[in-house]
Amino acid sequence: MISDERKIYLKNIKKDKLFITISRIMILVIFLFLWEVLSKLKVIDTFMFSSPSKIINTIINTDNILLHVLTTLKEIIISFILGNIIGFIISSILWFNKKLSLILDPYLTTINSLPKVALGPLIIILVGANENSIIIMALLISSIISILNMVSYFNSTDPNMIKIIKTMGGTKKDIFFRVVLPSNLNFIIDSFKVNISMCFVGVIMGEFLVSKQGIGYLINYGSQIFNMNLVLTGITLLILLTIILYLLMELISNKIKR
Amino acid sequence: MNTILEIKDLYKNYQTIEKEIIVLHNINFKVNEGDFISIVGPSGAGKSTLLSIIAGLEDYKGKIIKNDITIGYMLQKDYLMPYLTILDNCLLGLKINKKCKKDNIKRVKDLLIKYGLEDYIYSYPDDLSGGQRQRAALIRTLALNPDILLLDEPFSALDYQTRLNISKDIKNIIKNEKKTLIMVTHDISEAINMSNKVIVLSNTPSSIKAIYKIDYDFDDDIIKNRTSKEFMEYYSRIWRDLND
Ligand SMILES: Nc1ncnc2c1ncn2[C@@H]1O[C@H](COP(=O)(O)OP(=O)(O)O)[C@@H](O)[C@H]1O
Ligand SMILES: [Mg+2]
Repeated sequence: MISDERKIYLKNIKKDKLFITISRIMILVIFLFLWEVLSKLKVIDTFMFSSPSKIINTIINTDNILLHVLTTLKEIIISFILGNIIGFIISSILWFNKKLSLILDPYLTTINSLPKVALGPLIIILVGANENSIIIMALLISSIISILNMVSYFNSTDPNMIKIIKTMGGTKKDIFFRVVLPSNLNFIIDSFKVNISMCFVGVIMGEFLVSKQGIGYLINYGSQIFNMNLVLTGITLLILLTIILYLLMELISNKIKR
Repeated sequence: MNTILEIKDLYKNYQTIEKEIIVLHNINFKVNEGDFISIVGPSGAGKSTLLSIIAGLEDYKGKIIKNDITIGYMLQKDYLMPYLTILDNCLLGLKINKKCKKDNIKRVKDLLIKYGLEDYIYSYPDDLSGGQRQRAALIRTLALNPDILLLDEPFSALDYQTRLNISKDIKNIIKNEKKTLIMVTHDISEAINMSNKVIVLSNTPSSIKAIYKIDYDFDDDIIKNRTSKEFMEYYSRIWRDLND
C-alpha cells in the first residue's frame, strides 16, 4: 500500500525531473531558433557564424563527410582500447612492484603535467606524419593520467581485506585478482570513462597537427581557407560524436556495474 | 592432553623510520589440543601482533613449535568481500589453496546451513546483520579446516545484545567442530566465560603477567555468572592484574 503522502512525494519528484528535461531541451531549441532567425534577418553575419540550416546543408551535401567522421571515430576507438590496455597493464605492474613505482613516480608526474601538444613535432619526426602520430598523441594524453589514477586506487585497497587473503595463504597474485581488482572495479570503469574524453582531445589535437581526413582536419582546413561554415560544421559533428560516445559509455558501465 | 603449539622465548620489535617499538618481551606458553585460551591486556600491548605472529604473517625472534597444524585467523571485523556472495566468501580459502572440490564445497554449505545461514548462502554480505556476518566470517575461517582458530576481538564491533548471543554461538560452533581456540578480548567476563585458560599481558614491552586456569564450567548466562562466587573471584583477580 502506498500512502497519499508518498504518492504526492513521488509525483513531485517526477514533476521536477520532467521540468529539468524540458528546460534542457528548451535551451537548445531557443538557441538554435534564435541563431537561425537572427541569421535570416541578417543580424548575425552568416559568413562568420553560419546558421543551423547551413550547417545541416553542409553535412548533407559535402562529399566524404561520413568518411571524416568515421576516421575520427576509428582513431578514438583504437586509442581508447590501446590506452586502457596499456594503462591497465602498466598500473598492474606498478602495483606488483612497489619499488619500480616509487622510482618512476617523478617521471610520470612530470610527463603528466607536460602539455602533450608540445610533443607533437617530436612525435611526427619519430613516427611520421600519419595516423600513427595521432594515436600516439591520444595515448600520451589518456594513458599517463589513467596510470597515475589507477595505481593510486590499487594502493588504497583496504589492508585488512588483503590480510584476509594472506591469512589463507594467498600469494600476491591472489591478492591482486581476488581483492585489489574486484574492489576497485568501479574506479577502473570510471577511469575508462574519463579516458574516452581524453582520447577525444588527443585525437583532435593530433588531427590538427597531421592529417588528411577526420573532423579535426575538417576544422583545421576550414579555418585555413576561412570557411567558417566548415569550421562550425566540424564542431557540430564533434558535439554529436561526444554525446553518442558518452551515452554509449554510460550504458556499458551501468551494465557492468550491475 | 597433547601440546599442539608452543611459544618459546618470543620477542617482537617493530622498526619504523622514527623509532623502534618493542612490543613483545619474552612470551612463553603452551597450547593443548581442545584448549580455549583468551588473551587479555591493555590496548597496544601487542595482542594482535601475537596472533599475527602465530598465523605466520609477521617475523619474530624466538621459537614457535607447531606440529604440522593449520591455523585459521579471524580479524576484528568480518571483512567479507562485498562483491562476493556469502558462499563465495566462505569458499575463498579453498579456492586460493586449490581445494575447491565437491566434498569441500558441500562441507562449507553444510556449515552455513547448520549455523543458521541457510537463507543467505547466495546473498551478498550487505544483506546480513552484524551477528550473521560474524558467523559467516567464522565459517569462512573454518572452511580450510584449521586445527587452531585465532580470533582477534571478534565481537567488539557488535552491539552488546548481539555480542552476548554471538559469543555463545561461536563458542558452541568451535566446540562442536572440535577446534582449539586462541582469542583476544578486552572483556574480562567474556574471557572467563569462553575459555579454560586466560593469559594476561602487561603493558608494553609486554610479557605474560599471569595465566589463569579456569577449572569451572560456567553457565552461558553472563547475568547468572555475576552472582557466582568463583566467577567474581576470577574476575577481580584479572581486573587487578590489568589495573596495577
Ligand atoms: N605494522 C606495524 N608497524 C609498526 N608498529 C606496529 C605495527 N603493528 C602494530 N604496531 C605497534 O605495536 C604495538 C602493539 O600493537 P597491537 O598488537 O595492535 O596491540 P593490541 O592488539 O594489543 O592493541 C602498538 O604500539 C602498535 O602501534
Ligand atoms: Mg588489537
